[in-house]
Amino acid sequence: MIITIDNKTIECEEGETILQVARRVGIDIPALCYHSDLPIKANCRLCVVEIEGMDRLQTSCSTKVKEGMVVKTETDEILQTRKVNLELLFAAHVEKCPTCVYDNRCKIQDLAEKYNIKIDDRMKDRKHGRETYVFGKAVKIDLSKCVDCQNCVDACQLQQARFLETRGKGYKTQILPADDGTKDCIYCGQCVAHCPVGAASEYNNINEVEEAIRKLDKIVVAQIAPSIRSSIGEEFDYAGGMVSVQQLAEAMRIIGFDKVFDTCVGADITTIEEAKELVERLETGNNLPMMTSCCPGWVKYVEFYHPEFIPNLTTVRSPQTILGGIVKTYYARLQGINPEDIVVVSVMPCTAKKFEIARDELKLENGIAPVDYVLTTREMAVLLKKYKVNPFNVKGCPLDNPLGDPTGAGIIYGASGGVMESAIRTAYFMVMGEEFQGINYEKVRGIKGIKRGTLKLGGRDLRVVATSGMENAVKILEEARQNPYVYDYIEIMACPGGCIGGGGQPIPVDDTIRLRRAKALYALDQNSPIRVAHKNQSVIKFYEDFLDEEDGREELLYTHFRNRKIGRR
Amino acid sequence: MNLIQKLKRSGLAGRGGAGFPAWKKWEAVKQTPNKEKYVVCNLSEGEPGVKKDKYILDNYLKVLIEGIEAAMKTVGARHAIIALKDEYYDKVSDIVKEHIGNESIDIFRKSGGYISGEETALLEAIEGQRVEPRIKPPYPTTDGLWHCPTLINNAETLYSAGLVSHGKYKNERLISISGDCPYTGVFSVPENFTIKQVLELSKNIMTYDYFVQAGGGASGIVLNRNQLNRPLMGMGAIIVHKRDITKVGDLALKWAKFFRDESCGKCVPCREGTYRICEILESEKPNWDMLYDIFDTMEKTSFCAMGTMASAPFRSLVNNVLTK
Repeated sequence: MIITIDNKTIECEEGETILQVARRVGIDIPALCYHSDLPIKANCRLCVVEIEGMDRLQTSCSTKVKEGMVVKTETDEILQTRKVNLELLFAAHVEKCPTCVYDNRCKIQDLAEKYNIKIDDRMKDRKHGRETYVFGKAVKIDLSKCVDCQNCVDACQLQQARFLETRGKGYKTQILPADDGTKDCIYCGQCVAHCPVGAASEYNNINEVEEAIRKLDKIVVAQIAPSIRSSIGEEFDYAGGMVSVQQLAEAMRIIGFDKVFDTCVGADITTIEEAKELVERLETGNNLPMMTSCCPGWVKYVEFYHPEFIPNLTTVRSPQTILGGIVKTYYARLQGINPEDIVVVSVMPCTAKKFEIARDELKLENGIAPVDYVLTTREMAVLLKKYKVNPFNVKGCPLDNPLGDPTGAGIIYGASGGVMESAIRTAYFMVMGEEFQGINYEKVRGIKGIKRGTLKLGGRDLRVVATSGMENAVKILEEARQNPYVYDYIEIMACPGGCIGGGGQPIPVDDTIRLRRAKALYALDQNSPIRVAHKNQSVIKFYEDFLDEEDGREELLYTHFRNRKIGRR
Repeated sequence: MNLIQKLKRSGLAGRGGAGFPAWKKWEAVKQTPNKEKYVVCNLSEGEPGVKKDKYILDNYLKVLIEGIEAAMKTVGARHAIIALKDEYYDKVSDIVKEHIGNESIDIFRKSGGYISGEETALLEAIEGQRVEPRIKPPYPTTDGLWHCPTLINNAETLYSAGLVSHGKYKNERLISISGDCPYTGVFSVPENFTIKQVLELSKNIMTYDYFVQAGGGASGIVLNRNQLNRPLMGMGAIIVHKRDITKVGDLALKWAKFFRDESCGKCVPCREGTYRICEILESEKPNWDMLYDIFDTMEKTSFCAMGTMASAPFRSLVNNVLTK
């Protein structure tokens, strides 16, 4: 059908809303509480438009298009009411811009500028003194900045934790954590990913990392997760531009990191061990279906909500944990450094990784943690910008990888289905003695919530499913509960789209952005000289040199999980 | 003639304040195909100064129940719910239960204050959700209680429908009169009567200077004694204020606090606007420009009728009383 917006005739489909159509053609109608992932709420009232034939302004986010509709998006009346609503909103949001991770990339800062809002002029902030909550030292909710849009509550519902609740009425409304002991935060950070202001954000580790860099007697080693390379560009307004890890590495060295490694190498080791564990379980028939465990949000969900599935989790450590452990043992020994003088900083798309690194189960023999700090993609961008270093403006330099470069299999970990596909490539080789035909297993790729497939593995069918977003994960769990034989291997990522859609990733995010970020990783894989983890020669050498002679195998490569359901109120 | 046709002929308008033709709503629910449908009798009576639905409970309960049952039969609903204001629930729930007898009508103790009288907010309350209005469309007639087609009517509307079904409807409406006047209470008056005629009928002839708030003690508009030759719009209530003993500042602040405390908090203009209105009225040097900016924004962009109508009493107090 055809509608008119601001005298532009536009083709659109039935079922679309005015806001969706407007955005599609580049007409920017502000909308704080709208997100394509979440139910439409129409509570911020910023997106109102004038529709011919209707005497009241209507919210464009909730109004479906009709044939011949004539819409105006910026009449005097709309501008006036929008200004007042923004004034009201700013008076319900304590401005903490200099220390906010959104500073200079903030939706409402932009709106204040566009509409000439005199912040805190006629009305004073009413949320001074509201509490800040910290969960797992991973996610932080500062209620003094909250504009009551309810996006975080909706996201937490979708993510099945249902931990954030709206309590109270009217101006006393607050978003509060559930406190009856039956719910807990899983640290996935989807609240952060959907917050239009900086109220929900990652727990901030920038200052501690700066401190470590400042200390001359510490060697600060950074590792870069797969997802970062296809996403951090968005923080520098290079949405389509890929930054290479070499460029990132140079940029990070300039701001003071001593060494830069690639987490994808850790991912190659995770793949090898996970494939071994899969093959073993297939042979014994024990603890199937096997479920991935490198997603700490998913793991927290299992430990707290469904500990009965703990035996199904793989016992292989996550890539960042393995690589961090190698840095503090193998690499430390190689370089003659005291592990206590090494500070490992992971750059991750994830908030839950901040919780993961504090897990007791991951401590190495000497009580040292494999990773000391996690910075999200956003935090790393803030840090780079603080020191005025743009990774796109540097040539790039080789990484310090103690184990050489990763294979393509390590790079695709950031996309939903990537862990599984990597493990399948290697497991297939282990069982069949030849490479998986075509290398790629595209059945488990893409941003669809649930991706199922069956492949032949040594005379049997291997039934697999890769799922992302907890809303989809619980459906698969239910299937597995009803019939433990329906799947052999399950990949679960808490965040929609996988890690590239993680809680620490650049905002905004939507399915289009997720797809682009994932595709970029698969393209890197496709162009990699080596595409399977088991052919990573440096990793093979490392196994021979270090792992085979050490008893430390267990502690470097494996972990276990804890039932967190007990001891609840 | 079936009941819907009778309702159409009678011209019965919804008595909950909006005045929507009753027959249209009934017809819409009837025409929506679904196995499960509901009738909800809205007896929230949350508007201050209104006691007409309580009057029905006390005096015409039987006819009200008959109206509900007629509605159920007409639209095809197997279940009905009477949502009773909290304080009424304690007083009359036993009596109501006795009258009902049959199990397909339930009584619901309505909480959530003023906003839960808004029809979609009431549905949310019954469903056990946060008491906030829903986006419309869809309307309750197609997507109501538990997403089933639902006929939700003010209690007086269903009572009047009961009268229509017995052929006893006289095109009258119930009006609560209260305040600084000799005769307070609930009066049944012809529905086209002007406010002046209502006061005369109830023998409320005042010689002193007074103004009224017509349509409810919260969102009703203020009219001076020379403006009463008009029909009573909105909810059936007239509150009389004797001019010389009424502190208008206190009255305005009372309204402001009511709206601030009753706002559900869902939308920016109402949640924040009602807070700021109180702040302005309580301040030493009120910023009147800002007040009117907020009124304007609330009227034009609030999510529901509470926000859009909250400014009405203030504006009309100024225009019709303070500047005259």
